[in-house]
Amino acid sequence: MIESPFGHRQVQAASCGTKGGAVHELTSPARWRALAAILAVATLAVVVAASAGPASGHATSSVTFMSTQLTPVDEQQSFLNVVLKGSPQSVSFVAASSVPQLTSRVTAEAQAGKGSIDLAGATVGDLETIAPYLTNLADVAKALKKAGIPASLMNQAKLGTKQQLSIPWMQATYLMAANKKALPYLPKGADVKHLTWGQYARWAKNLDAHFGQPEVGFPAGPTGLFPRFLEGYLLPSFTGHLVTSFESPRAVAAWLYLKNLWRFVNPQSLTYNFMQDPLLSGEVLVGWDHVARLNGALSQQPSNFVVFPAPAGPKGRGFLPVLATIGIPKTAPNPAAAKQVIEYLDGISPQAKTISAEGFFPVVAGKLSEKLGPGLLKIAGAVKLQQTSKDALPSVLPIGLGGQAGAYAKVFVDTFTRLVINKEGNPQGVLKSEGDTLQSLLNAAGAHCWQPDPPSSGTCTVG
Amino acid sequence: MAATTAVRPGMTTRLRRWEGLPYWLVLPTVAYLGLFFVWPMLQAFELSVRVGGVWTFDPFRTMYHDIKFGQAFRFTMLFLVIIIPLQFALALVMALVANSSIRGRSIFLFIFILPLGASDLATGLIWSSIFTQHGYLNTVLQGVGFINRPEIWIDPTHQTRILFEVIAAELWRSTALITVILVAGMQGIPKEYSEAAEVFGAGFFNRLRTVTLPMLKPAIQVALLLRIIFAFELFATVLGIVGQSTTTLATEAWNWQTGYLNPHVAAAYATLILGMSVGLASIVARLLRTKKEQLMR
Repeated sequence: MIESPFGHRQVQAASCGTKGGAVHELTSPARWRALAAILAVATLAVVVAASAGPASGHATSSVTFMSTQLTPVDEQQSFLNVVLKGSPQSVSFVAASSVPQLTSRVTAEAQAGKGSIDLAGATVGDLETIAPYLTNLADVAKALKKAGIPASLMNQAKLGTKQQLSIPWMQATYLMAANKKALPYLPKGADVKHLTWGQYARWAKNLDAHFGQPEVGFPAGPTGLFPRFLEGYLLPSFTGHLVTSFESPRAVAAWLYLKNLWRFVNPQSLTYNFMQDPLLSGEVLVGWDHVARLNGALSQQPSNFVVFPAPAGPKGRGFLPVLATIGIPKTAPNPAAAKQVIEYLDGISPQAKTISAEGFFPVVAGKLSEKLGPGLLKIAGAVKLQQTSKDALPSVLPIGLGGQAGAYAKVFVDTFTRLVINKEGNPQGVLKSEGDTLQSLLNAAGAHCWQPDPPSSGTCTVG
Repeated sequence: MAATTAVRPGMTTRLRRWEGLPYWLVLPTVAYLGLFFVWPMLQAFELSVRVGGVWTFDPFRTMYHDIKFGQAFRFTMLFLVIIIPLQFALALVMALVANSSIRGRSIFLFIFILPLGASDLATGLIWSSIFTQHGYLNTVLQGVGFINRPEIWIDPTHQTRILFEVIAAELWRSTALITVILVAGMQGIPKEYSEAAEVFGAGFFNRLRTVTLPMLKPAIQVALLLRIIFAFELFATVLGIVGQSTTTLATEAWNWQTGYLNPHVAAAYATLILGMSVGLASIVARLLRTKKEQLMR
């Protein structure tokens, strides 16, 4: 008997015919157990290796498309399975969970001189930060001349340069939606398509009084787009600007208005990420959100809902048009194939599929088909009304913030939390301290002012 | 079969090599842990105290002065203080049932551990559907006539209510883990002690207090350590149920990393969580240390 190295067990020594030798031999059950364990581990390794395939449904992809848009899983699936169905090239779609994930990757690949991304899709403001690393797409623009993309959108897609560094892909905005049950409680004389913020607050109060609970909601949940409401709708409507009047008395008035309105807003708004869900369940009767996040309610119950532009304040009807464009990095491995995909995506059929599958609106000319359904046609009508209203005050998404984009949104969310949720008593003091934070991050990013603020020659200054 | 084998000269060297074998066998695991746990942990420490190549405590200062830090700290600590006694009491009852001789006890254990299969985010979403305004709770309460119209349970102005909603969800999800540990501990207690106490006239609760619980101390220590560590990691359950209505230390670490894109402050939160977990766990391990004679059964 020989003591095992671990000193606990005795291992039977068996002679195998060698003179005086002691040979260890595993007993049969132990050997089978060992073999079974090895087989199980090997099987697991094979399964893991086999499942670690590319993200798209294609076995091999000729074009890799990384985008900050269409990041929710259902939007990605619709894009791959519906919009890209007739694409001349197979596409591997990679959703960037944040803007820096896309911009830092394109920048790093450009600096390394070798890339893996063929197409970069993002909003105009975000793509502008990687403009130096994008290819001139004048030839694609020429090929798409017949598509009838408005000159204003093509100019925006130049990303502040003289070259066509990207091509418009799709556009969207944010709207209000209401269950028709809420319409009888509009204040006297109010037109739902041309509301003011004062009328909206009275409407919210009337709804609360009649139904006994708040019936207005906002997407203020962890992944909700509420910061865009504050940046592009509420504050510009009251002040006419955003950053340059952040600490102004008019901004104080805007926040005090929201604090008063919040008494009639469903507190569960802090859990809402997509307003279509509480609208469909009836938890709220009136909501504001991105058109793609209202689309579900309008598509499922088009006869129950109306959509309309956001209300107007003393300085106009603030709203945020969102233009997404696609660029080709200079280090793209397959630029020719990538150009084919861009031309495909700006074709009539894919643009129509984009609106029906994703809720994002086309950039090409053409009349929307009745086949889109009453829900999407209602949204399209409200979008047009918002863009063409006499008091329209468009903003753009922040430009040039780079890695400070998250901190920028936090300034507005923190201001909202302090003044509206925590009800801090000194609004001017709160705006001053948050304004200091805002100025710090603008200085760190070196960002110039963007619409609705007037252009600046240097870093945008908080006013 | 010989009980001993005569030691020959060559065998001494081979035996000495065998003595080092355990350390060689453990080396791959140590290397793996070092590469994928210790090294990233050290990098996270560095992130929390080094910004742009400069050593600084600015991330900790930013964390401390952030408007959500106080709320996150309070919520996490209150959760910890309230859930531990509640969960242990419940787990002990469940363990006693599973370890008893009543009919169907194995089915009870199976039912008890079912929620362990749900992830913390899935738990949050399930309980969100219970507490949301048009959710199951309001439907039941309205159905039996307790309320006339749906109550808004997820309301940030009622933080106590939100705390107990999260505690309810965590009790449902993770009590089974404590139960399993206690059941394992109970099965290691020789029945003779309890039988002897019964012979001497000790009733059920007396036996529980004087025999079972003292003998269960090692298992309670393990369960308490796990519960403390998991309490500091509380994140997805809260996010799933109440969204932005409240926050925890782990949630803020996530926000700073993925939302505000500031890995330094996120690392500061992570360092704080680690420090508090280790500190409290050390105190618990010290207070509940098991004497040698208790281990010898």
